This record gives sequence, C-alpha cells and structure tokens, in this order.
Amino acid sequence: MIIRIMGEGQFLVSSALLDDLNVIDNRIVDYVAKNDEASFKRELSSLILTIKGEGKPLDETEIVESDIIVPPGDLTFDEAKRVFSGCGLIED
Amino acid sequence: MGLLNRMSTVVKAKMNTIMDRVEDPNETLDYSYQKQLDLLQNVKRGVAEVATSKKRLELQKAKLSQKMDQLDSQAREAIKSDREDLARQALERKGALSVQAESLDQQIADLDQEQAKLEATERRLSAKVESFRVKKETIKAQYSAAEAQVKVTESLTGISEEMADVGLAVQRSEDKIETMKARSEALDELVEKGTLEEFNGSDDIRRELAKIQAKSSVESDLARLKAEEGK
Repeated sequence: MIIRIMGEGQFLVSSALLDDLNVIDNRIVDYVAKNDEASFKRELSSLILTIKGEGKPLDETEIVESDIIVPPGDLTFDEAKRVFSGCGLIED
Repeated sequence: MGLLNRMSTVVKAKMNTIMDRVEDPNETLDYSYQKQLDLLQNVKRGVAEVATSKKRLELQKAKLSQKMDQLDSQAREAIKSDREDLARQALERKGALSVQAESLDQQIADLDQEQAKLEATERRLSAKVESFRVKKETIKAQYSAAEAQVKVTESLTGISEEMADVGLAVQRSEDKIETMKARSEALDELVEKGTLEEFNGSDDIRRELAKIQAKSSVESDLARLKAEEGK
C-alpha cells in the first residue's frame, strides 16, 4: 500500500498496518470534533511517525498514485476541521 | 476528503479537459512536462526564499545580541558609578531583548527545517520529472496516437498527485515566510525606536509572563554584577 505524507513524499507500507493507522485516524477525528487541539497535534505527529517508522520511502523515480494521502505535520487546527471529519482519512 | 485529494481532483480535471481538447496525446505529454519544469523552478525559488529569510533573521539575531552586550556593559558602568536605577533600566531592556532573541532562535530553527524539507521536495520532484521525461519519449516512440491515450492517462495521474503536493508545499512555505517577514519587520521597527514595551504583541498574558521572566533575569543579573564589582 502506498501512503503519501504531504510535503514528505510517498511510503510503501504493509497493509497489516492499516488497522493501527485507522485507530489513530479515528482518534484524530474525535479530538478535532472535541476541539482538543493539543491532543490532535500529538496524534497527527504519531500518525506521521508511525508511517515513516514502519514504511519504506518509495523510489524517487517512481510515478504512482497513492492509496492514502496524509496531510502535513504542520496542518493547522482550522485546516484539520476540514480534513478530519466523518471517518477521517481511512475508510472504516 | 483530504486537502490533497481535493487538489489533485482539480489538477486531474484540468488534465482531462486538456486531453479532451488536444488531439495529439504527445502534445499533452509535452505540455505536462513543461508544467513540471515550471513547478521545479518554483520549488527552487522557494528554497532560495527560505534561505534568504533565514539569513535575515540571523542578521537580526546578531544585531539583538550586540545590543544586549551593549546594555550589559552600560549596566556595569552604572553599577560602578553607584547608579542602580540606571543599571536596572538597562537590564530591563536587556531582559526584554533576550525574550525576543529566544523567539528568533526558534524561528531560525523552524526555517532550517523548512529549508531541509523543501530541498528534499525539490530532489524528489526532480527525480520524478526526469523519469517522466524518459517515459514520455518511450510512449512517443512506441505507440500510435490512439494507443498512447491510455498510457498518457496512466502516467499523468501519478505525476499530477505529485504536482499537487509540491504545489501546496511551496504555497505553505510562502505563507509561513510572509508571516515571519511581517513579525521580523515589526521587530526591526521596535528595535529602531527603542520602544520595547510592546515586544510581545497584543497577548496580555504573554506580555505579563515576559515581564516576569524579564524581571527575574534583571534581579539575577543585578546580583551578579554587584558581586563582580564587589558592591
């Protein structure tokens, strides 16, 4: 599975990780809905670190579409309200 | 729908309109390649802009440090001449400047990170553009116009996602620099005028905290100077 972290390129991630990522994704949606900016920031950076830690950067010469696109780590809370709504980035 | 999903939908829609209009898919490939080169130029400009802003902040930081040293030696002079009130005044100003210097350090560190990120973006895009160029020539050489249509669509979807991402990264970086520029210009003005009271902007609590922080550093500096001068 290919995940793009905006501004940081694409990563090859095992599909098995998707469940873990979905848990974080849902937590982020929850925090955004509760207006909890500090927790949102913490979880977003945990989402990004997990992808980078478990995934492998895609060969830079490859040109492929991503399965999931994760917003950048410096996403503002206002932007987050638009991105993390409903079921978040990953379909439940 | 994420930020980029939305953006890349827009890019794709544009691509589709172009492809519908252009009869020759080769032209579409060349057009996209040209757009990629333009974008690469934009990223390069972005990197240069971040570097310039960083330089500017570093200069400002150097100026602040110089001013702080100056105030420190003025305070020392004041102590020597038994003018604690003047020493206090100088140290208070120094304290306010040191709060500002810390915030500058943070901004410089942020810009450092931004620069590294944009440079990595430039490297990735550059690799992809080159890879696209090779692919483009292969498609042109191997397929008839009708057959090429599918291949063209395939290669364009991947690159348009990349382009949307890079475009947004450059835009975000520009926004950040604009905000920093405004703050740094305001600081310049304050240092020039020597009116340091409003240093921390309009946030009352932050201003109060800065005052407290500045005060405690005044006391410890005062004690240090007194001890050093045997007063």
